[in-house]
Amino acid sequence: MAGLRLEGLRKSFGAHEILKGVDLALADGEMLVIVGASGCGKSTLLRLVAGLETPSAGRILIDGRDVTGIDPSARDIAMVFQNYALYPHMSVFDNMAYGLKIRGLPRAEIRAKVDAASALLGLEALLDRKPRQLSGGQRQRVAMGRAIVRDPKLFLFDEPLSNLDAKLRVQMRGEIRRLQRRLKVTSLYVTHDQVEAMTLGDRLLVMHQGVPVQLATPTEVFERPADTYVAGFIGSPAMNLLPGLLGRNGTAVSLDGTEIDLGPRRIPRPDGHRVILGIRPEHVALDPAGAAWPVEVVELLGSEMLVHGRSAAGASLTLRTANGPPPGEAIRVSFPAAHLHVFDEATGLRLEPAG
Amino acid sequence: MERRTLFPGRMLPALLILPQLVLTLVFFLWPAVQAIRSSLEREDAFGTSTEFVGLDNFADLFGDPLYVAAIGRTAFFCAGVTAVSMGVALLLAVLADGELRGRAFYRTMLIWPYAVAPAMAAVLWVLMFHPQIGLVGAWLNRIGIAWDYKLDGTQAMALVILAAAWKQISYNFIFFLAGLQAIPKTIIEAARIDGSRGVHRFRTIVLPLLMPTVYFLLVVDLVYAAFDTFATVYAVNGGGPGQSTQTLVLKVYLDGIVNANIGSSSAQSVVLMAGVIVLCALQFRFLGRKAVT
Repeated sequence: MAGLRLEGLRKSFGAHEILKGVDLALADGEMLVIVGASGCGKSTLLRLVAGLETPSAGRILIDGRDVTGIDPSARDIAMVFQNYALYPHMSVFDNMAYGLKIRGLPRAEIRAKVDAASALLGLEALLDRKPRQLSGGQRQRVAMGRAIVRDPKLFLFDEPLSNLDAKLRVQMRGEIRRLQRRLKVTSLYVTHDQVEAMTLGDRLLVMHQGVPVQLATPTEVFERPADTYVAGFIGSPAMNLLPGLLGRNGTAVSLDGTEIDLGPRRIPRPDGHRVILGIRPEHVALDPAGAAWPVEVVELLGSEMLVHGRSAAGASLTLRTANGPPPGEAIRVSFPAAHLHVFDEATGLRLEPAG
Repeated sequence: MERRTLFPGRMLPALLILPQLVLTLVFFLWPAVQAIRSSLEREDAFGTSTEFVGLDNFADLFGDPLYVAAIGRTAFFCAGVTAVSMGVALLLAVLADGELRGRAFYRTMLIWPYAVAPAMAAVLWVLMFHPQIGLVGAWLNRIGIAWDYKLDGTQAMALVILAAAWKQISYNFIFFLAGLQAIPKTIIEAARIDGSRGVHRFRTIVLPLLMPTVYFLLVVDLVYAAFDTFATVYAVNGGGPGQSTQTLVLKVYLDGIVNANIGSSSAQSVVLMAGVIVLCALQFRFLGRKAVT
C-alpha cells in the first residue's frame, strides 16, 4: 500500500490546456473522489496517473517513487474502466489471471488469488464464462476482480458505475466502498455523479475547467463550498444563489431592498460590496413574517415538494419542504442565518467572517 | 433505416436485372456447362470428331505425375503468397495503426499497389529482378549471388510468389487496419496497465481479437493465389523455367489453348471449379461467423 503525490501536473492537447496545474497528496489507503462536470479534466487527470497520457509538466509520485515517465505496465496500478474493458476472448478466470501470469506467478498462487477475489465478489460460479455471457453488474465485478487480484499500490476508477442502471449502481457503490475499506488500497475515483462522490470519498476534489477548486471531506464541501461553482454543483437540488449587496457593516446582505441578517458573523468587506448569498433549498424556512416570493412551479416528489419562486427583480428561489406551502400565489420565507453562505460576486469565492 | 425502392409491376424489375443475368449466363454459366461437357469428351487429333469418354479425362489427370506435381507446386505457391502477403500486411497495418506522423499519406501509398494491373505488377518485378538489367537482379549477381530466375526454378518460384503477394498486400492491409481499429482502445489500455507489453500484448490480446479478420483474409488470399494469379505468373516467366512455376491455372491454359488438349484442360477446369466452390463455401461460413460475433 502506498500514497500518491501529484506536483504541478499540467496537460495540454495542442493549444488547449485541459489540466491547469494540479497538486495533490493522498495518504496511504485513502479514497479520493475527483468530481466535476464533463470536460473539467478529471478523466485526463486519472489517465495521467495511470500513465496512459504523458503530462506536459509536473510530476507523479506513487509511494514516493517518481513514475512520471514510466510506462503504465511498470507503475503497479490497477484501473477499472467505464466500459469495463474486459478481454472478450478470455474467460472470467483468465481475465483476472492475465496480469498475474505476466508477473510470472506460480500457477497455484494465481489460482489461490483469483479464487479469493472471486469469493469476495461472488464470482465463483462464473469463472468459466466469457464476458459476453455476463450481465452488466457481473462484468463490473470481474473488472473489480481483475484490479483486486493484482494487489496494486493504487486503484484507479474511471466512472465505473456509469453504464449500470440506477438500482445496480447504488448496490455496486456500496460494494466498492466496502471493498476499498477492507483492502485499504489507495484509490482515485473519477465521477460526474455527486451522490457517488459524497458517499464514496474520504475526501473530494472538485474540478472545474482544468482547475481544482476545492479539496476537502464530503461534509466540508457540502457545508462550506469554496466558491459558487462548488456551491451550485454539489447538492441536489442546487443551492440558491442570490445576488445582493453587503450592508450594516458586513453583518447583513440586502436582496432587492430586503435585509437578510447574517447572524453573529461579520464579512470583512466594505458595505455596498456585491456579493452572492447562498442557501440550500432545504434550509429556506417558511415564515409568515418573511419576504414574499411569487410561486412559479410546485414539483411533488412524494415525501416532499420543491417550490420554485421568482422575485420581481428576476431572482429565482427553490424551497424544499415536507409540509407544503400555504395556498396562495406567493410564499413567505426567511433565511436562517446559520445556513447562509456568502460569496464574492466578482471572484465567486467564499467570503469568510473576520476574526 | 432501410432504404427501399418499390417498382410497379414485374416487367421493369425484370428488365433492370436482365443485363446482369445475361452477362452471368453468357460468360459464367454457359462456359461452365461447356467445360463440364467437354471434360467428359475426347477430341481426335484433327478436331473433326469428339467421343464421349466418361470420367477418363479425370482418371488420366490424376494418374499424370505432371499434374500431381502441379497440385503440390500450386499448394506451395498459395501458401507462400498467403503467408508473405498476410505477414507483411499485418506488420504494416500494426505500424500504420500507431501514432504516426503523416499517417494518411502512408495509408494511401500502401493501398496503391491494389490498383496496378496484374501484368504491370509482374513487369515491374521482372524489371527489378532481371539478372542483367534489373536493379536488384544485377546487384545480386555483382555481389556474387548467382541470380537468374530464367534458369533457376526455385528463384523463379520465389519471384512469382513475391510479385503475386505484393499485389495482395494492399487488400490485406485495409482489412487488417480496419480490424485493428475495431479493437476498443480501453482493452489495449487495460492490458498495458495489467503489465502486458510489446510482442506479448500483441500475441495475447490483439491477435486473438483480430482472428475473424485473419480467417477471412486467409480464405480470400488462398482463392486469390490459386485462381487469380494467372496474369502475374504468366507475365513473369510463362510458367518456366521448365514447369517450375506452372500452377494449376497456368496448366489449364497451356494444355488447352497452347497444346489444344481440350478434354484434359476442361477436366482441369472442372477440378479448379470444385476447388473454388469449396473455398467460397468456407469463406461464406467465416463471413457469416464474423457478422454474428
